[in-house]
Amino acid sequence: MQLIRNGKFVADDFAAVGDEDILPEGAVIVSLERWQKDRDALTARNTPLGVRLKSGQEPSAIADDLDKLAVVALEFPVYRNGRAYSYARLLRERHGYKGEVRAVGNVLRDQFHFMVRCGFDALEVADNITPEIWAESVGVFSHSYQPATDGREPVLSLRQRLAARAATREAV
Amino acid sequence: MAQHSRKGAQFQALTANRLADGIVVYLTADNRWSESLQDADVTEGKEAGEALLGRAQATVDGNIVVEPYLFEVTHNENGIRAASVRETIRQAGPTVRLDLGKQAELPGVHR
Amino acid sequence: MYRYDEFDHQLVNERVAQFRGQVARRLSGELTEDEFKPLRLMNGVYLQLHAYMLRVAIPYGTLSSKQLRMLAHIGRKYDRGYGHFTTRQNLQYNWPALKDMPDVLHDLATVEMHAIQTSGNCIRNVTSDQYAGAAKDEIEDPRIVSEIIRQWSTFHPEFSFLPRKFKIAVSGTPDDRAAIRVHDIGIQIVRNGKGKIGYEVYVGGGLGRTPMIGKKIADFVPKEDLLAYLEAVMRVYNMYGRRDNIYKARIKILVHEIGAEEMKRQVDAEFAEIRKTGALHLPAEEVARIQAYFASPAYETLPDESTELNKAVLADPDFANWVKSNIAAHRVPGYAIVNISLKPIGGTPGDCSSDQMDAVADIAEKYSFDELRVTHEQNLTLADVRKKDLPAVHAALKAAGLATANINLITDQIACPGLDYCALANARSIPLAQQISERFSDLNRQHDIGELKINTSGCINACGHHHVGHIGILGVDKKGVEYYQVTLGGAADEKTAIGDIVGPAFTEEQIVDAIETIVTTYLGLRQPGERFIDTYRRTGIEPFKESLYATH
Ligand code: HEM
Ligand code: SF4
Repeated sequence: MQLIRNGKFVADDFAAVGDEDILPEGAVIVSLERWQKDRDALTARNTPLGVRLKSGQEPSAIADDLDKLAVVALEFPVYRNGRAYSYARLLRERHGYKGEVRAVGNVLRDQFHFMVRCGFDALEVADNITPEIWAESVGVFSHSYQPATDGREPVLSLRQRLAARAATREAV
Repeated sequence: MAQHSRKGAQFQALTANRLADGIVVYLTADNRWSESLQDADVTEGKEAGEALLGRAQATVDGNIVVEPYLFEVTHNENGIRAASVRETIRQAGPTVRLDLGKQAELPGVHR
Repeated sequence: MYRYDEFDHQLVNERVAQFRGQVARRLSGELTEDEFKPLRLMNGVYLQLHAYMLRVAIPYGTLSSKQLRMLAHIGRKYDRGYGHFTTRQNLQYNWPALKDMPDVLHDLATVEMHAIQTSGNCIRNVTSDQYAGAAKDEIEDPRIVSEIIRQWSTFHPEFSFLPRKFKIAVSGTPDDRAAIRVHDIGIQIVRNGKGKIGYEVYVGGGLGRTPMIGKKIADFVPKEDLLAYLEAVMRVYNMYGRRDNIYKARIKILVHEIGAEEMKRQVDAEFAEIRKTGALHLPAEEVARIQAYFASPAYETLPDESTELNKAVLADPDFANWVKSNIAAHRVPGYAIVNISLKPIGGTPGDCSSDQMDAVADIAEKYSFDELRVTHEQNLTLADVRKKDLPAVHAALKAAGLATANINLITDQIACPGLDYCALANARSIPLAQQISERFSDLNRQHDIGELKINTSGCINACGHHHVGHIGILGVDKKGVEYYQVTLGGAADEKTAIGDIVGPAFTEEQIVDAIETIVTTYLGLRQPGERFIDTYRRTGIEPFKESLYATH
């Protein structure tokens, strides 16, 4: 497993911790259950914290805690399960979350583009993914028809700008 | 993959589709894939059937064929016949286009 | 019709390049079949009984002559010289090789076509009314919003891995020819009391294993908010649709389980939030840009009556029969809508040879502003033909073997590919449709019977819409033998209904006789002016049951 964060292959500075594991030093990512149970102890550690949401655990469950969380990891139990795309958008667009949104689980190269568009800025990917594959997959489509979380200007408004520019040119 | 072979089928052969063009093929006694059922290796009994499947795995891994499975056949002096309507159609071609499929291309494929 | 601009072209070309890479990776073994399957499905490539199958999208059923010629060319070059038009206004090729697929997609892209999202658990090809733009009672051309939806749904990053496939249909007239109530989302264009155009929205319709009729959850979504509203429906479905059981994953099950009221509440809440951001607000300029593509063609000012037509009707009984069944009223005086039946007696419903495609393309170019339509009943339509040209159009169609005069009659049947092609089938559909067609081939008898829709599916997936056929036939498998179950009283129009099962299934030998018994029973029961479906609604199933099973 490798971590890509903001397009860079980086060492993972967070430890994924199971519900029964003893907490290691440093930054950790815990399950929603553990977070809900040990919230005070976890916050008191004063190290960066992440919570991992399974498919079916909605972002609203942690909406009030987001200022305490450096990472929200959203799980794809299988690539076919696309719930987390909606969760990521809700985190960003509805709850205004600015921390890291990380895709974990069954994350395939043919989905990188979609994930980034939905607001994921970190992805845990298979070891055979190279920077070249990443670049090709994430950039597969130069334009997008619909607005999403990535702030890319949709085709619709590009068209309007082109039309407006053409109109002013004609007017000159 | 759906089960196409009746439980307790006596004679079975192994079929798959060729990866590159999707054409129906059958495993032969010398581990080739033939487009004709008449070339198929027909086995008797459950274990021999399993062994056929085992032999196919290398070509699946080698990306020659996809979705191999066993199916029931009968066997007489006229040659090898599929037992089900479905496999008969795969073997011959669409019953509504007799000019297409193996029935049009291979001699000796029964209708 | 809509024309691609630089952005549309670029996206489709990038998709072809992407798929070319994926196919190469599969053929070289870098991708396993398990990894490749979802990728090929996203491009409409299935593995069927005999070979691969490619499903090409014909967005909202509109084609130019040039596009149809390309479809003909692809049929010749990469397939066996024909294609199959489906109930989803798509075209399927039955024999292309995987290794050729990138070239096929490339050829399609040169005429602004693709196979994007024709399979997989995403938003599929948007379907609509084949009479769009020409129908008399049209509120607005449904292709405008259909194109807007096509673009919004293409490569939608949030909704490309839904619980299950998702189908949207749009109708612009009160008469529903797009079967919107059996789609995941059905959109009915309406005009409100203030004369403003907006959308009535139905959700949760569908066929398959659990047929359901869509429930209305919005009476009037304003035009500028349509995409925001659709995004709200999709988000609720993506988050709450079931993913534990493939048979319960369609939106119809979610709507059924939580109820239409609760669905409406959740969608409204989400809609309110999405609307606040304004990101999906549809600018009037973009609507106008797309609308301009669907502007009326340059109709001539003509008298509504055509003496050429009237003369030909009197002179040629074949032509008169064809006019009687295949021509529909046009909103512009002097024009007519021509339906081309792909249901010749004894033929395969929906099949069309490359030569026939070329012939239709020529006819459309010459007589119907270079454009044609594909219908969800597996026929073709020329939407804008001058009445005085009808004799010439008929003659040209006849020369191509396409002048069958049976639209909406008993031999105008829908049938899925069934066991002759389909890997999921239990039984054959096409031979059954062919036998029924031969049995009722006499045209006077067909006209006597009147409008009657027989729909056949080879398995419970219901690709042949059997649930909504006036008579529906479903192939079932009993220990390797084909059987056929019959339903009665289904309908896919504005009075959508799911048919009732009439009783135990019939064998291949019995089924055609059984259909004839049903028809004879109806003829005995009907009151003046009643169609089969009217009689059935009045009498119910009992008399049909009796005549089918009492004598056995
Ligand atoms: C030959 C290859 C085909 C395959 C493998 C296939 C597969 C399927 C499957 C699995 C379903 C059920 C999906 C569900 O309910 O979740 C389905 C439904 C459907 N298919 Fe097909 N199909 C094929 C061909 C066609 C054709 C030729 C048509 C048109 C004639 C068609 C139109 C439809 C329609 C209208 C539905 C019903 C959608 C609904 O449930 O509301 N399909 N198909
Ligand atoms: S209804 Fe069944 S048999 Fe017919 S095309 Fe669909 S999946 Fe195949």
